[in-house]
Amino acid sequence: MITPLLGDLLLLEWSQLMRIVRLEDYNTRMVFLGTATFSSLGGMVGTFLLLRKRSLMSDTISHATLPGVGIAFLFLYGFTEVGKSLPLLLLGAGISSLLGVGLIQFVRRWSRLKDDVAMAIVLSFFFGVGITLLTLIQQLPTGNAAGLEQFIYGKASAMTAGDATFIFIAALLTTLVCGLFYKELALLCFDRDFAKAKGLPTELLDFILLLLITVTTVIGLQAIGLLLVVAMLIIPAAAARFWTHDLSKMMWVAMGIGLISGMGGVFLSAAFPRLPAGAVIVLMASLFFLISMVFGTYRGLLLGWLKHHRLSQRIRLQHLLRAIYEWLEKHGQCGDILDDEFGIHDIRPFRAWDSGILELSFRKALKDGLIETSKNKFRLTGNGAREALKTVRHHRLWELFLIRYADTAPGRVDRDADAIEHVLEPEIIEDLEKALELESQAKRIPTSPHFIETISRSANG
Amino acid sequence: MDDAMNLLDFWIMVTGIAVALACVIPGVLLVLTRQSMLGDGISHAVLPGLALAFLLSGSRDMIWMLTGACLAGLFTSGLSYLIVRFGNVDPGAALGVTFCSLFASGLILIRFASDKVDLDPNCVLYGTVETAVVDGVINGTIPRVAWQAILLLLLNLSVLFFFYKELVMLTFDSGFAKSKGYPVGWMNVGITLITAITTVLCFEAVGSILVIAFLSIPVATALLISKRLVSIFWISGLVGIAASITGHLMAVFGIPGMVNYFSSGALVIRSLSSSGTMVAMAGVLFLTTLLMSRLFRLYPNSQMRTVKED
Amino acid sequence: MSSDQQVSLSVKDLNVAYRQQMILWDVSVDFLEHSLFAIVGPNGAGKSTLLKAALGLIPKISGSVTFWGKPLSEVRQRVAYVPQRESVDWDFPIDACGVVAMGLFHQLGWFKPVGKKERTKAEEALDRVGLFDYRKRQISELSGGQQQRVFLARALVQNADLYLMDEPFASVDAATEQAIVNVLHDMKSEGKSVVCIHHDLETVRDFFDRIVLLNMKVVAAGEMDEVLTHDHLAKTYGGKHHLLDRVTRKIRGNEIVL
Repeated sequence: MITPLLGDLLLLEWSQLMRIVRLEDYNTRMVFLGTATFSSLGGMVGTFLLLRKRSLMSDTISHATLPGVGIAFLFLYGFTEVGKSLPLLLLGAGISSLLGVGLIQFVRRWSRLKDDVAMAIVLSFFFGVGITLLTLIQQLPTGNAAGLEQFIYGKASAMTAGDATFIFIAALLTTLVCGLFYKELALLCFDRDFAKAKGLPTELLDFILLLLITVTTVIGLQAIGLLLVVAMLIIPAAAARFWTHDLSKMMWVAMGIGLISGMGGVFLSAAFPRLPAGAVIVLMASLFFLISMVFGTYRGLLLGWLKHHRLSQRIRLQHLLRAIYEWLEKHGQCGDILDDEFGIHDIRPFRAWDSGILELSFRKALKDGLIETSKNKFRLTGNGAREALKTVRHHRLWELFLIRYADTAPGRVDRDADAIEHVLEPEIIEDLEKALELESQAKRIPTSPHFIETISRSANG
Repeated sequence: MDDAMNLLDFWIMVTGIAVALACVIPGVLLVLTRQSMLGDGISHAVLPGLALAFLLSGSRDMIWMLTGACLAGLFTSGLSYLIVRFGNVDPGAALGVTFCSLFASGLILIRFASDKVDLDPNCVLYGTVETAVVDGVINGTIPRVAWQAILLLLLNLSVLFFFYKELVMLTFDSGFAKSKGYPVGWMNVGITLITAITTVLCFEAVGSILVIAFLSIPVATALLISKRLVSIFWISGLVGIAASITGHLMAVFGIPGMVNYFSSGALVIRSLSSSGTMVAMAGVLFLTTLLMSRLFRLYPNSQMRTVKED
Repeated sequence: MSSDQQVSLSVKDLNVAYRQQMILWDVSVDFLEHSLFAIVGPNGAGKSTLLKAALGLIPKISGSVTFWGKPLSEVRQRVAYVPQRESVDWDFPIDACGVVAMGLFHQLGWFKPVGKKERTKAEEALDRVGLFDYRKRQISELSGGQQQRVFLARALVQNADLYLMDEPFASVDAATEQAIVNVLHDMKSEGKSVVCIHHDLETVRDFFDRIVLLNMKVVAAGEMDEVLTHDHLAKTYGGKHHLLDRVTRKIRGNEIVL
């Protein structure tokens, strides 16, 4: 399957490539303009749809256009015997999908059926009716009806200047409406109940959002095809979510991803005419989704895994240092003098270590130069003693914080933070320090503010 | 000729009924776990499975096509599960991303496969009962799609029979099942597998829309008028059977007859796509039930609401 | 604490994080047998998380959980879990008896259908929570409190030794509250152990005999009278909790009576 693609590449000459890149071909230029505009529009509207948790609505809406097209055609055919008038067919498509949207709301309101069933019902019902109408139309005594499907669910590569201009104007209008209702739609998507409580007409706003989706779908269907419409409304927005939690930034990212996928897809399919433009655009967007999911800076997997790994590792090391400190404390050492030797078995009773974790933590501490070893015995290095002191102080300050500020504390405790000072206000830290001072005036590092059960239990047992 | 036509009608309806009944079982599980759109996703994503199976095996043998399609179905739900689980994406969006990407790659693969074979993507989406049944009827045997659908029905019925109580527990409260040590993950894979096999086997016979429709509409109709799981299975089955029969009759006699009548004989329409009309009839049945249940407050749905308000 | 009592559930140094946010922090607590434990703490204190992590429903970062000194997989039969009512879809088409019978599936094993014996057991359990007349009622037609009692019956039917309950008293009617209290007393007299998340400081003294105050860490744990003090409550809820004064007054009232 690679061979034919390579064949294309060999046939492709430099001058041809430049023609494509410079958009010298009139047709390519139009396809480029239309697709790029639509793809970024999809990203913008799709962001709202995603945040409203209704991404699959685009699938339903696009399938629900079919009966409208069929009925509009039959209607026209009845009067003019021609039937193919693009604006009227698109109007039919739009009305039909709005009816579908209405039916979904109706089902949700009048029964206890959930969103997903309502969408599946409307999608299949409307599409079924549409297919029936199409098979009926195909049998009408007019050559004109043939290929009505392709006529409606067009292909990106066959776009004309008229299509591109149409998309451009419609996109401008849609953007205008989005801009006008930006604040309200944002509130609706983030917290519908709150929006309702604030007195916003949430039903109307939901309708406006779905109207925007319908308009986007209808203009996209004819120009670039059904699959591409659904994909462009879902994928760029979903990809953008991995980069930011800020709505306006998310919209820009989604538009950017849509734009680049659209442009890239058109270039690729112009260079390799065997590749269908729509599918290439979708796959480019999917690639962006994959990249975003792995490398995204807000919700990306890599970052999440790294953070989690780091957190676990730090927590384990902190556990070790605290256990060592507590052992030393039990043996009468505190403050700066922490130079007693200890073995692994001395430290083990201080916590419930998962199997092998204690040994792992010792190895890690050795590698980080926090402890040193001689003859199966360990001792803290200077660096390790400092770290142990800091860890224990942090731990006990956090513990105290949790108790003294119990009403607000749980959300704010961040043991992973390098310094407690970065998280808590100076006044709070001052207060905590004072409290610690009171509890143990002689020591620089306070003892634990409450009885450590684990130690006593393990020490006795 | 006339006999052949009657036989054809008979087998179309039998196939339709078997498909409807086979779909009820995964359909109930999907609707109750809020995954109704999964059927839609799988039926789109099957395309690359078919294309890859063909490219790798070089044959259009049914067994290869089925394997490819089933794997693609499993892949769809597995991938969207991973996106939800690790990417924390809304389940609907995750399914959308997955099936759009897979369908697009299917389109490209087909472009390459088309050098060797005619695989029409439209065929995948709007399969037709008629053409699928015709082969067998002409040869005087039971059409392949018909016995295929009946075998599928038997398979689904036996799964339901053997795992009924576990399936109920899993769909109602998977957290509880997990706390009792059930392999919840594998059980979900099993449900997905059943859905994938059903979707794949059925869409070959009747097209993907009929599958999606039969996975969701009869079950939704049953949920409107009953609150007992057993009767939901029965009612869904009945709705499916009714939709199959009336749908086919509409396609062959009803709509052509009406067109003929209203155009005063100017237009002569032969039979229409039966799968389309079966879906349309299922939808009509659903809407009628919905309206009745609200207008007359006959059914437990509306009664219950008044109880709760008191 | 009397030392002759065995530990049913033992949690040691349990750390749980969700998205890099710590939820449980070095939680160590032993739940003794034959006693009614309440876990009390403010919202977001990690009460549900503690139960779920103990049951292995969510992953932990470190720490150990043992039931009678063994891992959960060896003693699942002896542990019953009552999840929060909101965790399932109550529109699900099933009757009360069907839900309760789920508690028996595990003992019944794969492939065997629910028979007369199981239905009888389920009906007995429903009877214990005062829902015998509702046994054929669809769960969506039950009130919130009745739904909670169905969940309780599903736990009862398992005939376990340890019951972990996630907020069974949350927004229930008086009848349900009484039914749950009766069941708790029965359990106590039968020598069962209960660990129950509770939100109401005013009733906790009446319903339970031991208490764990939790706010990311265990603030205090043990006998009700020793633990439920103004000082401990302030450490758990912060000084500004509007209930504290009332509860403290109540505690003082009890102290005077005692």
